[in-house]
Amino acid sequence: MSATASAPVTAISMTVNGKEHSAEVEPRTLLVHFLRDALGLTGTHIGCDTSSCGACVVHLDGDPVKSCTVLAVQADGASITTIEGLAGEDGSLHPVQEGFWEKHGLQCGYCTPGMIMTGAALLERNPHPTEEQIRHELEGNLCRCTGYQNIVRAIQFAAEQSS
Amino acid sequence: MYPEQFEYQRPSSVSEAIGLLTANPDAKIIAGGHSLLPAMKMRLAAPAALVDIARIPELKGISASGDGATIGAGATYRELMDDAALAAAYPVVAETCDKVGDPAVRSRGTLGGSLAHVDPAADLTAVMLALGASVTATGPNGARTIGIDDLFVGLLTTTLEPDEIITSISLPASSAGTKQAYEKHSHPASGYAVAGVAVALQVDGTTCTSARIGVTGAPEYAMRATAAEDALVGKELTAETIAAAAEKATEGLGELNGDVYASAEYRAHLVKVLTRRALTRAAL
Ligand SMILES: Cc1cc2nc3c(=O)[nH]c(=O)nc-3n(C[C@H](O)[C@H](O)[C@H](O)COP(=O)(O)OP(=O)(O)OC[C@H]3O[C@@H](n4cnc5c(N)ncnc54)[C@H](O)[C@@H]3O)c2cc1C
Ligand code: FES
Ligand code: FES
Repeated sequence: MSATASAPVTAISMTVNGKEHSAEVEPRTLLVHFLRDALGLTGTHIGCDTSSCGACVVHLDGDPVKSCTVLAVQADGASITTIEGLAGEDGSLHPVQEGFWEKHGLQCGYCTPGMIMTGAALLERNPHPTEEQIRHELEGNLCRCTGYQNIVRAIQFAAEQSS
Repeated sequence: MYPEQFEYQRPSSVSEAIGLLTANPDAKIIAGGHSLLPAMKMRLAAPAALVDIARIPELKGISASGDGATIGAGATYRELMDDAALAAAYPVVAETCDKVGDPAVRSRGTLGGSLAHVDPAADLTAVMLALGASVTATGPNGARTIGIDDLFVGLLTTTLEPDEIITSISLPASSAGTKQAYEKHSHPASGYAVAGVAVALQVDGTTCTSARIGVTGAPEYAMRATAAEDALVGKELTAETIAAAAEKATEGLGELNGDVYASAEYRAHLVKVLTRRALTRAAL
């Protein structure tokens, strides 16, 4: 099918940060583009073309995924959490967000949404990871600024908040 | 970057999926999409239609015991890591899944996709060779069983027909509870295997009665290191016999891959070292 022919569209609906959304999308629409361009949730970043950087990580039915490597149509019917949906409804920060604040886990902040979403998913599965486990789970998230030390400390801080 | 336009289809059964593939030779299966979508984004692949098999119930589920295991082709790396019965009988599977890519890749990528794609740097290909797996593939003419030794035939190439779907992967009782390990040298940027070696050993006392070794990353596609296997069977498993077998690990693998990160010579060295480490960790 050539790009100039009328593009096929598919109807999808998904829950994003607790809110139901329906739309018609071209099947080639990446989930990250749907979140950013259709829903205006620009907290999820795009840092590469090669599925390498993790700036785009969101939770899909609770699992961390690179939203640049998932089609919006594949997420039809799913429940998505983005960085905008992580804080409590009263604005109270998620423990990992607090950790980034307390431990100065960012410099430019470009990688931060993906780092936080990956860190939050890690603590869901393993509330008290070792430093080695934290570093292992962050292998798909690249940071050009910090050198990672304070990112690891931020996640350790969050882990210490839960008993 | 956007892929080219394509049509999207989401069948609810294997037979419906096969019908869609048979009707459109330019359609491609998508499972986890973690090999296919990166290629489509780079415009290295541009299928006219995608047949999404990720939600077909028949492709889900894992049942494992000491008598063998049956794994739905759609099982993700994370599901494989989380299955306690599978981990008890075939611990090398979870160990290896934890070394694939990163947590986001492990959320999406599937065992069936990895075996169908045969990326030369994939991990589970080598492990399935070591465990002596077989796959069930279903096509327009019904289902057939393909032994893992007959599945991979070249770079990104299998003996599957384009309209055949891997529906499940079976692991034999003979490799349950064997001494098993996977050693990998990961590419520092991509995480893929520069070289990886999986071993599964049966022992009687300290004598090796059966050995299967799968090598990935270095050869054109995942292959067994049969010369090293032969050097172990019937021998006492000692540091010396393991070292001697590891020296033979590149025999019969053909021309090895080489690139800017790792030359063929370096990969050959890695295969021997990783074979020795995997055998040592499994057996001693
Ligand atoms: C950043 C990143 C890092 C990665 N690192 C690693 C790594 O370290 N090690 C590793 O092994 N892999 C790695 N991968 C690849 C990953 O494991 C893929 O998920 C896997 O290779 C393919 O599985 P899939 O389900 O995603 O397949 P898809 O991408 O959906 O499909 C791949 C191919 O297989 C076909 N196919 C899929 N399922 C079936 C089936 N059931 N029957 C017949 N054909 C089928 C498709 O048509 C397609 O041609 C990485 C990927 C990414 C994006
Ligand atoms: S934008 Fe998704 S991994 Fe880089
Ligand atoms: S803070 Fe700048 S990329 Fe991580």
